[in-house]
Amino acid sequence: MNIRDLIRIIDGTLITQQENLTREIKGGFGADLMSDVLASIQPEAVLLTGLCNPQVVRTAQMADVAAIVLVRGKQPPIETIRLANEEAVPLISTPYGMFDVCGRLHDAGLASLEMPMANGPCDCSD
Amino acid sequence: MDQDPGARGRKITDQEAQNINRVEELAYELRVQEVMTGDLKALAPDMPMSVALDLFRSARISGAPVIMDEKVVGVISLEDLIRCLTVGNLEATVESYMSRSLVMVHSRDPVVEALKLFVNTRHGRLPVLDDNDKPIGILTKGDITLGMLKALQRDYQAEEVRRYRASHLFEDIISDRTSLIMRYNIKQGDFTKGGAASSYIKRALLRLGAAPQIARRLGIAAYEAEMNLIIHTTNGGIIRVEIEPHQITMEAYDDGPGIKDIDLALRPGYSTATEEIRELGFGAGMGLVNIQRCVDSMKLESTYGKGTRLRMKLFLQKPEEFGAEKEGTNDTRNAHPR
Repeated sequence: MNIRDLIRIIDGTLITQQENLTREIKGGFGADLMSDVLASIQPEAVLLTGLCNPQVVRTAQMADVAAIVLVRGKQPPIETIRLANEEAVPLISTPYGMFDVCGRLHDAGLASLEMPMANGPCDCSD
Repeated sequence: MDQDPGARGRKITDQEAQNINRVEELAYELRVQEVMTGDLKALAPDMPMSVALDLFRSARISGAPVIMDEKVVGVISLEDLIRCLTVGNLEATVESYMSRSLVMVHSRDPVVEALKLFVNTRHGRLPVLDDNDKPIGILTKGDITLGMLKALQRDYQAEEVRRYRASHLFEDIISDRTSLIMRYNIKQGDFTKGGAASSYIKRALLRLGAAPQIARRLGIAAYEAEMNLIIHTTNGGIIRVEIEPHQITMEAYDDGPGIKDIDLALRPGYSTATEEIRELGFGAGMGLVNIQRCVDSMKLESTYGKGTRLRMKLFLQKPEEFGAEKEGTNDTRNAHPR
């Protein structure tokens, strides 16, 4: 699945300018907690989130996220859009909620890129 | 790129500004002289049209300016030549077939001016004049496309060159121990800029030729540390990164308020962050845990009332090979995010 397919499947709107819509997305990850994203997202995933602040873009950049989807039709503030344009991270808005978006992408064959937690979320000592 | 003619000089709103892409920027940055064809193939008014035919055929062009006394007096296009051929009148002079409606650009005009002329006048080529109005070249839409593609490629190559130079830094400088130190001042409460330092650190590592996984691990650790300085300190703090061929040492330190109970602070899920911070997606008590997962060793020292120092190390090859000193750390080495 590439970014163009993704936009079609979730009836999305591309908020940022983006030349390369053929970039491949290897899987998905949904969270509103940026620490969760940083802890367990694998590279080249699409990040589904309800947060709109610039930290979402920074998080995406640190975690090598391929695209960000803002659920529930959210319109991000201008600082978020500006940063996303600067860092070339595509921002997509979708009218659907988190559960719907996950379902649609899962149905379309997109895999999860969330790393499994070995023994519950708190054990990091393996 | 088509703009309405009245748009010139109008103020651009923020909404519009954010939609400007690199190609549009280039239209303003590039000058006509950078993209034009400088090897001017010109005709004279008294030449027969057969000369124009030969010139178009041999130079594979579809138009040429007509020049007299170093001034452009007209333009012959393929259409003019066809009109002439239709009546089989190749002996007629260039002057009798040339178009006299002249639209020209100056060599120092930005490319966007030429683009406006192409859109508004439907001319296929524009003679280019120097500061003394002497013709020095010709500009087609194809020249502009090619010029922009080349400029975009230069952008790309510039980054490649930077990357190449940086990646040889450690090989080019000989010493018993070479290191590169970067310092970033982090302001307390500056959420909008939060992550900028981490972003610079990650980019620097990639330019230095670090593997993407290494850059990602250090980037995530730096980002969590940076957010901690923004959220939890009194006066902000400093992130210091020291890069050596065999290891990266990163420190985040501040002058207060300090941590009361370090063991508690390291417990996953423990946080003292406010509701406001949590709304930003942080403050879940996972920051230090995340850092620990990303680096090879982490040490947290703090004196309540004085300040906190977080030291992180990432080994670029197996640490045993370099005899890196064994340090007391808060935890053993962990599985890393890939």
